[in-house]
Amino acid sequence: MIASDFTTVLPEVLLSLYAMLALVVFVYTGKDRHAVLSIWLTSGAFLFLALILAMGTPTGTASFGGMFIDDSFARFCKIVILLSAALVLVMGQDYAAKHDMLKFEYPLLVALSVVGMMVMVSAGSLLTLYMGLELQSLALYVIAAFRRDSAKSTEAGLKYFVLGALSSGLLLYGTSLVYGFAGTVEFSGIMAATSGGDLSIGLLLGLVFVIAGMGFKVSAAPFHMWAPDVYEGAPTPVTAFFATAPKMAAMGLFARVVHDAFGGVTADWQQVVAVLSVFSMFLGAVAAIGQKDIKRLMAYSSIAHMGFALMGLAAGTVFGVQAMLIYMAIYISMNIGMFALILSMERDGRPVSDIASLCMLSKYQPLRALCVVFIMFSMAGVPPMVGFFGKFYVLRAAYEANMAWLAIAGVVASVIGAYYYIRIVYFMYFGAESEPLDTQTPRRLTVILVASTAVITVGAAFSLFGIEPLAQLAAESLAN
Amino acid sequence: METILLFAPLVGALIAGFGHGVIADKAAQVLTTALLFLSALLSWVLFLSFDGQTESIHILRWIESGTLSTDWAIRMDRLTTIMLIVITTVSALVHLYSMGYMAHDDHFRDGESYRPRFFAYLSFFTFAMLMLVTSDNLLQLFFGWEGVGVASYLLIGFYIRKQSAGAAAIKAFVVNRVGDFGFLLGIFGLYLVADSIKFEDIFLIGPQLATMELHFLWRDWNAANLIAFLLFVGAMGKSAQLILHTWLPDAMEGPTPVSALIHAATMVTAGVFLVCRMSPIMEFAPDTMNFIVFLGASTAFFAATVGLVQNDIKRVIAYSTCSQLGYMFVAAGLGVYSVAMFHLLTHAFFKAMLFLGAGSVIHGMHHEQDMRNYGGLRKKLPYTFWAMMIGTLAITGVGIPLTHYGFAGFLSKDAVIESAYAGTMGGYAFWMLVVAAMFTSFYSWRLMFLTFFGAARGDKHTHEHAHESPKVMLVPLAVLAVGAIFSGMVFYKPFFGDHHKVEVFFGIVEAKAGHDEGHAQGGFNLIAPAHAATASAGTDDAAGHGAGDDGAEDKLGRGAIYMAPSNTVLDDAHHVHWLVKLSPFIAMVLGFAGAWAFYMTKLDLPRRVAESNPVLYRFLLNKWYFDEIYDVIFLRPAQLLGRTLWKVGDGKIIDGGINGLAMGIIPFFTKWAGRMQSGYIFTYAFGMVIGIAALVTWVTIAGGK
Repeated sequence: MIASDFTTVLPEVLLSLYAMLALVVFVYTGKDRHAVLSIWLTSGAFLFLALILAMGTPTGTASFGGMFIDDSFARFCKIVILLSAALVLVMGQDYAAKHDMLKFEYPLLVALSVVGMMVMVSAGSLLTLYMGLELQSLALYVIAAFRRDSAKSTEAGLKYFVLGALSSGLLLYGTSLVYGFAGTVEFSGIMAATSGGDLSIGLLLGLVFVIAGMGFKVSAAPFHMWAPDVYEGAPTPVTAFFATAPKMAAMGLFARVVHDAFGGVTADWQQVVAVLSVFSMFLGAVAAIGQKDIKRLMAYSSIAHMGFALMGLAAGTVFGVQAMLIYMAIYISMNIGMFALILSMERDGRPVSDIASLCMLSKYQPLRALCVVFIMFSMAGVPPMVGFFGKFYVLRAAYEANMAWLAIAGVVASVIGAYYYIRIVYFMYFGAESEPLDTQTPRRLTVILVASTAVITVGAAFSLFGIEPLAQLAAESLAN
Repeated sequence: METILLFAPLVGALIAGFGHGVIADKAAQVLTTALLFLSALLSWVLFLSFDGQTESIHILRWIESGTLSTDWAIRMDRLTTIMLIVITTVSALVHLYSMGYMAHDDHFRDGESYRPRFFAYLSFFTFAMLMLVTSDNLLQLFFGWEGVGVASYLLIGFYIRKQSAGAAAIKAFVVNRVGDFGFLLGIFGLYLVADSIKFEDIFLIGPQLATMELHFLWRDWNAANLIAFLLFVGAMGKSAQLILHTWLPDAMEGPTPVSALIHAATMVTAGVFLVCRMSPIMEFAPDTMNFIVFLGASTAFFAATVGLVQNDIKRVIAYSTCSQLGYMFVAAGLGVYSVAMFHLLTHAFFKAMLFLGAGSVIHGMHHEQDMRNYGGLRKKLPYTFWAMMIGTLAITGVGIPLTHYGFAGFLSKDAVIESAYAGTMGGYAFWMLVVAAMFTSFYSWRLMFLTFFGAARGDKHTHEHAHESPKVMLVPLAVLAVGAIFSGMVFYKPFFGDHHKVEVFFGIVEAKAGHDEGHAQGGFNLIAPAHAATASAGTDDAAGHGAGDDGAEDKLGRGAIYMAPSNTVLDDAHHVHWLVKLSPFIAMVLGFAGAWAFYMTKLDLPRRVAESNPVLYRFLLNKWYFDEIYDVIFLRPAQLLGRTLWKVGDGKIIDGGINGLAMGIIPFFTKWAGRMQSGYIFTYAFGMVIGIAALVTWVTIAGGK
């Protein structure tokens, strides 16, 4: 361990130090009176780190004896994670203030889980991976149950914890199998062990278990079942967080493992990932149709979106990884906009989340309704919204990797999925009259909703804001 | 000047079309008409001052894509200037005429503003037509080609409440689509071999094409023949030649000024123009040229026979147009492009006049179009009568035989027929055209006799109220009458009479570079009496040959038209037997005599002839059953197919499938997925375990080694 190793992990170290220091300082000063300050400070820290990562150039070397990798791919994922976490934190402030969630620990827990995520996408060995994953998950378990007085919230936290523990078990079991058959937990070592293109049955089983563990984190079917309940039960700001940064981290981790460690045996994991992708797309599309709660609906929506992102991975090519990264960035920008709406859905000061309450929103909140129209069309993948281009990239990746059947399945699933997205538009414009929602909405939510809409609407005209070459750079650094 | 000339009609169309709420009806009419007269004036200035040398005027860069580079440019040569005067003159006069003709129309409700729209369409048509003839590449030409198609569609269907007008508009559009498809293929083919669609490039590759093979459909074809043929298919559609002619008679559903402008003088001649324009390609495609001659002659004959028995005054003239277009194609197909253009020019004058005259009759007779209800109108419509008389004398080709004195049609039609004799050695085309000339004379005089002579027939009330048209309608008739009388005599030499002058006129050789002192001094004088050089015609021809022989290959791509060195039809036509020269005149006299007998002396003769030949009569009356045949061959199967696809394919299979999927299968899975989501942790954990078990099993069986 030398100084250069620490320079590589400096952002993670800084964030951890900040979280611990702030915890101590706030406990001994104003406690929850400083909660707002805590939110802004943490967001500021996220933005600051994102800036540092964006300005610097990746060292490209593996530090700590290959356990921690700092490359373009890691930086891309980290910047997306940090930015989305910062935005979501700020978005949730009004909700937290209203619903007795304004505690200074909340942003700090988010910060700790972000540290975990950053470690995940930089992982160079299965152990680093596990450490990052657990750090992230433990923080998430806590914030899922953050409203201790709410039965639903605690139920969500508990469910997430128990099932998360099961998935960790699967992952660890897989890790041990890999270690047993490859003799190492380091990605470069595993790569070397499988360089012949031949995968022993033990390694294969290990790989499947590891994939299953990661599939739980990205909520891919059939490891998705926690998502709807947790999304519904957790406080809305937490749900918004769940739907954004951790997904990016888990997808980054997924890509990291299959390409960095098992890049030599693409054909072996390709089929598994493709199957997860198909199941997720169809389950997300079909099950969402029956939902009456918008948070549950968003859970299924995210399951379907993860299916599409996995399609990019299943291609097993550089372009596939690039497509996945672009897809995730687009997915997150759409979700931030959508949760800006959901966070503001209140009636008589109480949060509501049933879809029917959106009926005739266009009448009394035309601007917000219009924004949601754009977001919904983008999610459904209608051009010229960026959602279309996200789907276009992954479909192309699958097609170019000779997986036309997967691309066709994706198109069919997206057609089914379009139904429930457009149904929301239908409710907002042609639905039955119902008791209107409160029209007093925090300005920042409106700003974020409009901004997100603007980004996804005009993004295509601005070449997706130059994200494509960045994603390509990242993908090349990963899968070479 | 050229730019102003071209864009003035567009400006008029835009202002009248989009500004009708702002400017008054009258203002829109006056404005578009004035702009058209400006264009016409400039066209004549340009035509008279033009020296025959091709110039290109760049307007803007249009399309740059790969090797395809196309400018928006004007190609100024003799063909263009001829078309310019034809289009702008007729269009300006039709605009003026329409101010009277469209003043009141029962097809529209009181207070409804339809006139600015009409004038905007007319002006837009003129603009598109100008684009077509001035273009310097095939794409721009195609733009104009489609533009006139759209304008034609809009104007045929101008009476929006008239069911038959709408149907006719669609028919015109669809039939033209068939031709345009061929035209497009021709353009693609040229681009394929020449890698360019600019005229200056493609005009040079004719000799290459002649030796090339292109694969198309099931076999290889000679490239020149194939491309020329495909281009000609486009011309067939636009110029209503046999097979694709069915839309033209129906197009008479539009207002009469439209018929005069679009369906007689300008748009329908675009096909002839195209063949002449592409002469450097056509000259290397002998088989296609033969086909053009054959089809043109057949059309001339076919349309003339049908014209014999039509009763609608406009339909008679429409079939006459179709027939005259056949004449032009025969000339073009024989390689005497100048003669084709000659007939195009004279025909524009007298046919526009006939249509406008017919319009005047219809206007005076309160929109009655059936000639059986006319009769004895000579006294009621004296000016119209004389105009129609001049038009009829022109179209039937009245003149002094074996000289060059006569009405416009006398000179141009005789030139076509003489060329046909020279080009086919007195074959099919020649006889068809002579017989058609006889029929032309018959139906033209039939029209005159039925309309203006004899006793008044039909509704008495209408006849009592028949009135002469206002001045705005009579002035255009008078102007066109001048053209119908003199245009043949004035332009005889440069279009047909003198080989050298033809070459100078069309810019193939330069006027000043004459090798012969006599020619250089004589130069080119438009107003020179046509007969002045007849005496020396022999020597002129000889000299003309000389000019044609040296450096023949260099002429490729120079000037407005190209005649291959081996193409001597123009000269041969001057030396045909005097009986051949006399033949159209004889045919004309026979036709006149027949019409006189049928409709002036023995009035029951037409009925007896019809009754004694019922099959032939019905065959002609039903236009050779073309529409019925198309109905059986194309329409019914297409409708059947469409209905099948609609009811079975779309309704049952697609809708049924989607509905079944969306209302049966998907909801089933949705319910199932809902039931799986029980809310109990053990269910979820069980699901995960089942999932991993299934994955592991599958992977070990499928991928394990």
